[in-house]
Amino acid sequence: MTMSARKFMTGFAFITAAGFALTGCASDAAAGGDSDAASNEVTVIVHDSFPNDEFAAAASAATGYEVEVVSAGDGGELTSQLVLSADAPLADAFFGVDNVFASRIADAGVSEPYLPADLPDRAAEYLYDEQGSLVPVDLGQTCINIDPAWFAENGLDEPSTYEDLVDPAYRGLTVLLDPSTSSTGASFLIGTIAKFGEDGFADYWKQLAENDVRIEQGWTEAYNGQFTQGGGDGTFPIVLSYSSSPAWTVTEDGTESTTVSLDATCSSQIEYAGVLKGAANPEGAKAVIDYMLSSEFQDTIADSMYVYPIDDDAYVPEEWAKFAPLAESPNDLTPAEIGAGREGWLKTWSDATGW
Amino acid sequence: MNRDRNPRWLGRAAWATAVALPVTFLLVFFLWPVLSLMAVGFGGSIGASDPQTPGLSGFSAVFEDARTWRVIGQTLAQGCCGMALSVILGLPAAFVLYRLEFRGRALLRGLATVPFVLPTVVVGVAFTALLGPGAPLEWLGLDQSFIIIVLALAFFNVTVVARTVGGFWAQLDAREEQAARMLGASPVRVFLTVTLPRLTPALASSAALVFLFCATSFGVVLVLGGRAFSNIETEIYRLTVQYLDLRSAAVLSIVQFVIVVAVLLVSNHLRRRREQATQMRFDASQQVRVSREHVPAILAFAVTALLLHVLPIAALVTRSLRDADGNFTLVNYANLVHPPSSSKLGASVFDSILLSLEFAVYATLISMSLGLLVALVASRRPRRLAWRRGIEAFDGFVMLPLGVSAVTVGFGLLLTMHRPLGIGIDLRTSVLLIPIAQAVVALPLVVRTLLPVLRGIDERQRQAASVLGASPLRVLATIDLRVLLRPLGLSLGFAFAASLGEFGATAFLVRPASQTLPVMISQLIGKQGAENYGMALAGAVVLAALTAGVMLLAERLRGSVVSEV
Repeated sequence: MTMSARKFMTGFAFITAAGFALTGCASDAAAGGDSDAASNEVTVIVHDSFPNDEFAAAASAATGYEVEVVSAGDGGELTSQLVLSADAPLADAFFGVDNVFASRIADAGVSEPYLPADLPDRAAEYLYDEQGSLVPVDLGQTCINIDPAWFAENGLDEPSTYEDLVDPAYRGLTVLLDPSTSSTGASFLIGTIAKFGEDGFADYWKQLAENDVRIEQGWTEAYNGQFTQGGGDGTFPIVLSYSSSPAWTVTEDGTESTTVSLDATCSSQIEYAGVLKGAANPEGAKAVIDYMLSSEFQDTIADSMYVYPIDDDAYVPEEWAKFAPLAESPNDLTPAEIGAGREGWLKTWSDATGW
Repeated sequence: MNRDRNPRWLGRAAWATAVALPVTFLLVFFLWPVLSLMAVGFGGSIGASDPQTPGLSGFSAVFEDARTWRVIGQTLAQGCCGMALSVILGLPAAFVLYRLEFRGRALLRGLATVPFVLPTVVVGVAFTALLGPGAPLEWLGLDQSFIIIVLALAFFNVTVVARTVGGFWAQLDAREEQAARMLGASPVRVFLTVTLPRLTPALASSAALVFLFCATSFGVVLVLGGRAFSNIETEIYRLTVQYLDLRSAAVLSIVQFVIVVAVLLVSNHLRRRREQATQMRFDASQQVRVSREHVPAILAFAVTALLLHVLPIAALVTRSLRDADGNFTLVNYANLVHPPSSSKLGASVFDSILLSLEFAVYATLISMSLGLLVALVASRRPRRLAWRRGIEAFDGFVMLPLGVSAVTVGFGLLLTMHRPLGIGIDLRTSVLLIPIAQAVVALPLVVRTLLPVLRGIDERQRQAASVLGASPLRVLATIDLRVLLRPLGLSLGFAFAASLGEFGATAFLVRPASQTLPVMISQLIGKQGAENYGMALAGAVVLAALTAGVMLLAERLRGSVVSEV
């Protein structure tokens, strides 16, 4: 059991104590350096799709530190929480900030630059900056997925590009995600900006809106709720999902997948880790980052987090190579470009679509 | 004489403590965090792209944006419509469940609480599965409409009205109605002229509660409405998390405060006009046998329950019993105990169920003990006007957390709970903060269920007891506490269920390794793979079953306690 009655009583005592202490604003007196914390402990704050317990056990064994894992919300929530608590960091290291929000961490000076000694090749390629303010750990791609059987049944050619989505032939067949609440949606928006440019993407989205595209707030509502292959009674054969999604719709005999990801519509999502400035145990934090890039952990990423390890020599399931390979030339922008344009694009997007 | 003096001094000290404890709790865990976050917003030290000048200049920018007014309009519209529908549908439910006597009533009461605790994501999915594209009820054309949001709000809140009004109704003296009937008034007329006015205090209290729930609804509005129906709550989320525009978020938080205060003032005004006149009976059962004239109420209740509650929940249960190919199976439930190898969750859902129960026990302990104190204090009616106003302000203060965004509270706690008040624990990453946050949310519910009953006590009864020589403590024990025994079980169950299903506040906290069931469900449902989706739905059904079980137990507890009196 995680929380004993005694622990609770301590808490209750605290509440009462807090009551009597509420005369001065002594809150900052204790801040600044958790020097009393045992130097062997290291805390990692992660987003909510992380294998917390397994990681804590494996990383503790591998690094010799006592690794603790705490969860924040999704990538966006985690980023805001880290920025807000910059003065008194919540942990020693973080994982799960993606390329949409990475600039926020770097610009606010939340992280302490650290470059691990042996960086996998692809990690070096996706580094946020030369100092290593944020270190890439895994990557995925957001891509349009389709249901080929539906198109065969309805005698329609399968769409394959961004342009096809605004073709009247495919009117009312597409579900996308709101880029202002979903990072998957934001990633797709960034893909359209990479493709059509800062001057052209608004016009493209106008056409999407005119072509009766449906907008959902979250991936589940779109994929499980509306997609014809989402396991429910969905009616939309085109949906925004991931390049890896077809690996989850493989038929029982394992010979084929009932969905296809469209390579021309992909955009990369990179997830970063880093050392927090003011960490109580910076050495421990560095050891944890090293472990995240080690082949031992990289080999588990595909199975536990459903994304590709940043080390392209690491293990990915066979079905992935067969049904869910990464698109070769995704529509990407650098995290710094995203950081500079993000809020303005969302405003432009909102004005263009009227959503 | 010594015997008399001591209690008086003691009594004063006891009342002071009864006020100080809940106030301190809310100051530390609610007001301080919220104000700190707003201070950071107006201070402009953390902001979006453009450098902001400190001060209050954010107001004009926010209010010049047409979107802000649309969002405020939506908030008020959703609050009003959600409240109106919940009250209209909740009244027949309160009557049938708490006034009529029939077999299986306790079971129905337990089941009736289920909607209140279901995770909003799951309810959103269930509603879309019924009314969305390709769904059986698509022809109604309600998909992504204002009406579907109001329906979903009513789905959650009819229960709240039934509970809070029902608990009060159960104790109303039935003789007045009987007399009116005997004198020849029609049942409708009796309801409108005798019952309804007497219900006003509970109704006003309950309507205020429901309005605040509806106006601060997050998940439902996001899932079913999208951007077009954004309310202040979802907008604060967007501004805080996506744009990191804390200044605009702070301005909207102030708007929320203003709305809460206005709602409480209106509700207080309505309540005060009626409260004194209500006669309550606590000695005998005021239940009535089912007769022909109750048919309209029973029908209204049955139709509401079937269409609004049973239908979506049945859709959810059916879906949880199917695999990806649509075959019926129990595998989703088996996976809760033994997670499939493909799903690396760390802990099984079963573990998170145990954890949730544990947290809920602690949260209930906190909210019940503080809630009892609040209710006892707030039910006093001192002669001095200043004291009465003070008590009203105190009562309103306890309600504040309901009207303020969970994001604001959660992020505010991050700012303030790092070794708060010179205490050497970093509470932000401590497991303790979860039951505390849940208690903040459950506290107003506890107070709202206990208070109308306590307020129904005739002040003259207390005075008479004093005159006869009873010490204040003795008055409290023989009059107030005895009356409280009945709604106590109900309140306990409600607090427990609310803590068990709590998602908003918990989700915005930093959580140590283990997850509560609602948080677990929301994580599962966002993951790829049919197995995860199935497990999420099965988990939601288990949460519903647990809640119903808890409420049934609470009903039993209530029964046995009352019989001892």
